[in-house]
Amino acid sequence: MTIASLIGSPSELTDSASSKTAIVLMTRIRLARNLAGNPFPGWAKPAQRDEILDTCRLAVTATAPMKRSLNITIGELTELEKQILVERHLISRELIGAKSGAGVIVSKDQTISVMLNEEDHLRIQVLRSGFQLKKAWNAINELDSALEEHLDFAFTPALGYLTACPTNLGTAMRASAMMHLPALVISNQMEKVVRAVNQLGMVVRGLFGEGSDASGSIFQISNQTTLGESEEEIIKRLGSVLNSIIEHELNAREKLLEADAGKLFDKIGRAYGILQNSHLLTSSEAMNLLSLIRLGVDLGVFPDANRSVIDRLFIEAQPGHLQHAQKGEFEPGLRDLLRAVRLRSEFANFIRPDFTFTTNGKN
Amino acid sequence: MANPLKCDLCSKPATVHLTQIVNNKVHKVDLCEACAQAKGVTDPSGFSLADLLLKASLNPDPSVAGVRCEQCGFSQNDFKKHGRFGCPACYQAFKGLVEPMLDNMHKGTTHTGKIPSRALERKSLYDRLTKLELDLTEAIKAERYEDAARARDEISQVKQTVAPSPKQLSR
Ligand SMILES: [Zn+2]
Ligand SMILES: [Zn+2]
Repeated sequence: MTIASLIGSPSELTDSASSKTAIVLMTRIRLARNLAGNPFPGWAKPAQRDEILDTCRLAVTATAPMKRSLNITIGELTELEKQILVERHLISRELIGAKSGAGVIVSKDQTISVMLNEEDHLRIQVLRSGFQLKKAWNAINELDSALEEHLDFAFTPALGYLTACPTNLGTAMRASAMMHLPALVISNQMEKVVRAVNQLGMVVRGLFGEGSDASGSIFQISNQTTLGESEEEIIKRLGSVLNSIIEHELNAREKLLEADAGKLFDKIGRAYGILQNSHLLTSSEAMNLLSLIRLGVDLGVFPDANRSVIDRLFIEAQPGHLQHAQKGEFEPGLRDLLRAVRLRSEFANFIRPDFTFTTNGKN
Repeated sequence: MANPLKCDLCSKPATVHLTQIVNNKVHKVDLCEACAQAKGVTDPSGFSLADLLLKASLNPDPSVAGVRCEQCGFSQNDFKKHGRFGCPACYQAFKGLVEPMLDNMHKGTTHTGKIPSRALERKSLYDRLTKLELDLTEAIKAERYEDAARARDEISQVKQTVAPSPKQLSR
């Protein structure tokens, strides 16, 4: 598979139609693995990194799910291609900044990516749209075991899988879910939720925008620790945290509707108007508006089928995807203009909001 | 923002502000654009504040002050600088440095998860093979032909159970 055909086909995340994705947009599990007897990528000499890359590439491409995958080094990618892969969560920024001998292998359906010579020799990742922790774990566990047939991973019974950074020791697993929590944000409850979730050993981060600014009301919740608990225990605990966040979000939505439905509908209606008519949209504003439309879908203001359109736009309104759609370079200053053009055309034919529903039976 | 904060890493004006709670303590970090990019802060999957804090909270272990990892030449100072180890063997070489860190960092200090059982089994078979080959050479040298024959039989038995030699173990 080539990078061009990968970029040309939709990401796993842009292909999620059903209501199972209502609050949890995406599940992701990552495993870090290193080859026994070899220096970690950050400390390895260029020749060693190249040798490690070759060994891992052979092993990864031999596994069943990675048949006909994209197998490419970072040096072979253009800046724009790198950015698109980052925006699709297939590679990290750290991999882009890695020294020589860094690469990535992406499965044809874009649900699996294996980064090579990032911080660890292998960073295996499985993505699933919606709330699918168990399925994601089964898939990644199977791939990991298949790799084990060909590779000797650095492991000790006491510390588990050995990683470059001690924060990843043990299972070396990071399981996470991307959640859309607009009602908790609108009702100023996110800080409380973050604190409670942290107390349970999970980390909450805003997904878009810089730092703690969570534009789009999209948050990533993941396990903080990796040693002292099995993979299944971590996943079970994360799952129950996610379920309780879902419950809180649904309660918050109900309360917003009870307290002042008009105020909430005003926000959604205005978001629709701006997306149809604006001429300059920053990334952050676009995310926030799309988030309100997505909430509208969940509430029945827009048809369920339109949720996947919003999820696609969350990704396609990112700078790399915008530039790719534009076919060619453009000034960073024009980005907000292009984003508005793109969203205006998407929303020109977007079905009009219908606020006449009753909240009974909805969520 | 009224009074500009300075970047915690290079003291340029900070534009990226993060809050994370690690082990029930609130940690705030302010970074400039360049450091935030360099640390992968804008990429949620690649960033952990715990990593940044790791370096700040590191207590040097005097017993390994001059120690270098035999496998890769890594030193305690290298760890202070990078916050990462040099190779898997470093965990043995810097045991005294790692163990106190784990207590603060993780839920437990001992692994209870997945074990790469196929690889471990393969390794134990190779170890057995190496030992048998040694036995064989010694038995032949000492003209203990009965022992040599037994070792040879066992070697062919073990060889039947193991898969083709993986690269890592063929050295
Ligand atoms: Zn800085
Ligand atoms: Zn070492």
